[in-house]
Parts: sequence; C-alpha cells; structure tokens
Amino acid sequence: MAGNGSIYLRNIRFEWPGRPRFAIAVEELLLEPRDTVLLLGESGSGKSTLLSLICGTVLPTCGELVVAGTNLTSLSGTARDRFRAEQIGVVFQQFNLLPFVSVLDNILLPLRFAPGRRQRAPEPESQAGELCRKLGLPEGILEMRAARLSVGEQQRVAVARSLIGQPPILIADEPTSSLDEASRGNFLDLLFDQVRSQESTLLMVSHDSRLAKRFDRVVRISEIATVERGRG
Amino acid sequence: MILRLALGSLQARRMTVGMTVLAIGLSVALLLGVEKIRTGTRASFADTISGTDLIVGARSGSVQLLLYSVFRIGNATNNVTWKSYQDIASRPEVDWIVPVSLGDSHRQFRVMGTSTAFFQHYKYRRDRNLSFAEGEIIDDLFDTVIGYDVAQTLGYGVGDPIVVAHGLASFATHKDQPFQVSGILEKTGTPVDRTVIVSMEAIEAIHVDWRQGARIPGQATSVEIIRTMDLTPKAVTAAFVGVKSPLQTFALQRAINRYPQEPVQAILPGVALQELWGIVGVAERALMVVSMMVVATALIGMMTTLFTSLNERRREMAIFRAVGASPVTILGLLLLEAIFSAIAGVILGVGFLYAGLLFAQPVIDNAFGIFIPIDPLQMPDISLLLGVVIAACLVSLLPAYRAYRLSLADGMMVKT
Repeated sequence: MAGNGSIYLRNIRFEWPGRPRFAIAVEELLLEPRDTVLLLGESGSGKSTLLSLICGTVLPTCGELVVAGTNLTSLSGTARDRFRAEQIGVVFQQFNLLPFVSVLDNILLPLRFAPGRRQRAPEPESQAGELCRKLGLPEGILEMRAARLSVGEQQRVAVARSLIGQPPILIADEPTSSLDEASRGNFLDLLFDQVRSQESTLLMVSHDSRLAKRFDRVVRISEIATVERGRG
Repeated sequence: MILRLALGSLQARRMTVGMTVLAIGLSVALLLGVEKIRTGTRASFADTISGTDLIVGARSGSVQLLLYSVFRIGNATNNVTWKSYQDIASRPEVDWIVPVSLGDSHRQFRVMGTSTAFFQHYKYRRDRNLSFAEGEIIDDLFDTVIGYDVAQTLGYGVGDPIVVAHGLASFATHKDQPFQVSGILEKTGTPVDRTVIVSMEAIEAIHVDWRQGARIPGQATSVEIIRTMDLTPKAVTAAFVGVKSPLQTFALQRAINRYPQEPVQAILPGVALQELWGIVGVAERALMVVSMMVVATALIGMMTTLFTSLNERRREMAIFRAVGASPVTILGLLLLEAIFSAIAGVILGVGFLYAGLLFAQPVIDNAFGIFIPIDPLQMPDISLLLGVVIAACLVSLLPAYRAYRLSLADGMMVKT
C-alpha cells in the first residue's frame, strides 16, 4: 500500500459553482489510516458533496483539506486528478462500470491514469483476476462485457477496480443501496475482507444505520457539517 | 487503452454513430464524386482531340463549333461549301485536312461522313491513333466503320447491315442504300466510340434522292446507278486541320477567319476548350460549394448527436473522473470519437465513391460519351478527405468543450 490513508478536514466551506443556493460547512472530520468509517446522513445532507471534496474534484472556498498527507488545496486541477487516481478508489451507488468495455478493462482503468498504482500492480491482469476471485466473481468474468453483469456482480467489479493497485483510501457512496438484503451482507463481507487485507482506509456513505456495527466508527454528517440552503 | 475506450464507446452507440458515419460517408462520396466527375470530364474532353491544330466550320461560336464537330453535342448552324473546303485545303500552311459531315443518325448514334485521312490523323489521349478491334477501314462506298460502343450496344459485328436515318430524330431512313459494317474500332473513351463512320461520298450517295431535307417524291435511284454518279461532296460540316509548322497556326487561323467568299471560322481546340471551362466553371464551383455544404450538414449532424448524447453520458464521465481522468482527457476522448467517426465516414465515402463509379462509369459513358476513369485517389482528393476529418475535429470541439465543462461541474457526482 502507498502512503498513509488519513483524511482530515477542518473549517471547510464550499458552494457548488453556479449553484449558490447550496453551501456546506464542515467543522472537522478526521479518519486515521486503516479506519473504517460509516458516514450517515439523509438525502440532501451534503454527503456526496463531502465525498467530492475529499476526492479533490472540487475545492473548498476555505479551510484545511488534507488527504493521504497531501493538502489538496495546494494542488492544481491536473495534480488533484493524478492524486485521486493514485490514492483513492471509488465505488458508486450504481452505474459503476463502463458498459461497453470488458470487466478487465474496467478494473484496469485507474491504472491508466496512475503510474504509481500501476507499479504496485506489476501483473495487473493476474491481480485483477485474483481480486475477482476473492470477491467471489465467477471465473471467466474478466473477458465479459460489463453490460452483461448482474447488479451485484457490477458492484463487486467496482470494488475490484477501486482496490487494484492498492490505493490507501477507499470511498464508497452507498454501494449497497441497489442490492437486496442477502447480497448486501455478502457484498459487505467481501468488501471488508479486501479493505482489511490491503490495509486501506474505508469511508462509506449511507443512510442505513443498520450497517453501523461493521465499522470502527460512525459519523453522522449532521454532527460535523451544516448545510445552508438559499431561498428560491 | 484510451483508443479501445473510444472505440468501445462508439460501438455501444452503434446505431446513432452508424447513422452519423453513413451521413458523412454519403456526403464525402458526393464531394469526391463531384470532383471526380469534374476532373474526369475535363480530362475526357481534353483527351478527345489531340494533334489537331485548327477546327474549321461555319461562323458561329467557337465553343459551339467545338461541341458539335468533336463531341457531337448540338448541331451546326450552317455548312461550309466544298469549294471553300478545297480552298483551305490547298493553302500552303496546311499539312493535312480531314472533312467531317454530320447530320444523319443510326438508332441513337450519330453518323459521321469523313475521309480515310480521319483514321490516320485523328488522335486522342495525346498521341493515340484509332485502331481496329475487328475488320478494316472503309473500302467500298457503302462500307461503314463503327465505334466500340455502337457495336457493343447494338450487338453489331463485321458484315452486319446498317440503315442510316435521315437527320437526328426522324422516321425517314435511307433504307434503299444500306451500309455494311467493315470494321469496329477499339474503345477510345471519346465520342468516336459512339459514332457510325462512313465516307463523304456515301453521305452524298444516300442523299441523291433528297432535296433540302426531304425525299424527292417518286425518285428512287438504284445503288448501281449511284455508284456511277459523281459523288463529290457539296459541303462539309467541319474540318480538322493540321498545319506544317506550329508557327503557322495563327496565320492560317487569321486567313480562314478573313476568308472573303464565305463566313467561315477556324478555332484552336485547346482555346475553345478553355472557353468552355470558363463557361461551365461557375456551375462547377456552385456544385462544389453545394457538396461542401452537404458535408458541413453531415458534420453538424455529428455535432448534434454528440451534444444530445452528453447528458446520458454524464455517468460515464463521472466514472472517468473517479478513476483520475482529467476533464481534458474527457475532452480528448470525445474528440477521438469524433475523429474515428469522421475517418469511418471518409472510408465509407470512398467505398461509396468507387462503388458508384463502377456503376455510373458505363452509364455516363453511354449517355454522354464521357469516360470517367476509376483511378486511385489523387493528392487533391486526399486533401479534401483530410479537410473533412479536420472539420469534424473542429465541429466536435463544441460538444467536447461542453463535456469538459460538465465534467468539471459534476466531478464524480452527477447532478441532473
């Protein structure tokens, strides 16, 4: 694994460009390396915006934003893109994969933009195969077109993609919301196995408090952040 | 990898991309086709007559004289008397002279009266002489040599009889004086292929019983008697002239144009051809502009398709952003897709062009006597194709920039 997987935000304020009616202010959030943290919050509470800030796709208007030991506000846009590719794996709620290429191409996609991660996966195809095996995906899936997979398989492939090249941080934005009860438990078991074996920091967003017992810590977004909504 | 992604993305949207590629392909085929026909027509016209220094005919326009005497397009306003023809032929500057008499037809093909000197002096494609595919030159009064297309279209062979019709669109025929095919010429790609050639005397012979365009009632001179008659032509439609020295060409032209006994004119074929191109050049340019507008329309269609696909592709862009792709990479991906579409369209267009040429070449040849060669693409064609790809790249910059802006605004979280 590369670098430390810490995340630190303090006195952050952010407004979406062109959408001045929504602003979020984060007082403080700290994740130590290898922490598994569940971020709970209702829809519209600013969870996705917070993840965008941590991933560096947007920058706060003020405050301290340090991820994996790097102050993101000091980086250029290109450097932040490179940083994200190197340090962070992301799993979305759904529509995680490019449907028109193979599973293997989807898993190897981050390595295209992250030379450091590529070095940590010297045999990327066999590592992709190994991750798929550990995540319980069927043999021969690598050559399949992503569009042909079930939702559960797609989510597990997304996890494989986020973990390839051992990034120190894994961000998951409600990855189980499109799975049924049985698949959800199985998916989380596999996810946690891999996160722990790679010693990654996991920040998962959800509004399902039943997941709390699996995590080291639970953070309610309402406790660390305030959302301001303008009129009209 | 990025190439595979672009190709995969295109394949995923194969229906809309296919339509775009088809539109570009058709427009490219049209653009190249117009250019091919333009250059082919010019080359075909330029190749039709070589080695002839002057064309002499009744005074009219130089383009008109060129068109009816060489290309069998249109008709002469008047004839040149045989005496004037002989006066010109006897001038010291003249090296050779070939008479041409037009006016009759066989089926849809023109009949041309001439002398055997025509087979010796008529040259096409710089210095090629006429040659026989079958049979031989005119020997008997009622012998005829037919062009390659005449033989192919009508299924004629050496020895077959031919009855000439009076005029170009008349039901009256010279059925009492049938001709016999003595030879069939090799394909030349010129109007000669579509010509029935007889002797000047034969033209006189079949008109023995005719006065001022109408048959003399009750008169039917037998072929045997005709053979004994003096069949010296009374007039020619035009004459092809070769001069002894190129330096004498203009002097001879001036002398003919000032010929006092009859209003005749001599034209330089090359100059008349340039005059013709000057006239049709405007139409050519207009056609070119129209076909370029068609290409522009196809490219705007591609731009519209890219724009409309952007919203549904925001998830795709979010995935790219999540794995570390910069907005510039996304812009590049869209540009790459546009370039691939344009290249596919160009390749398809070239395919359409050659398929079209294979189909249209004999049709155009038969209908207009214009032989459009099926040659490999030339530098100007390749430049046009390159221009299409560059134009595609430029028009796709707008939707690509929009994607860039969207991916900056959305980041990894699509806000629709």
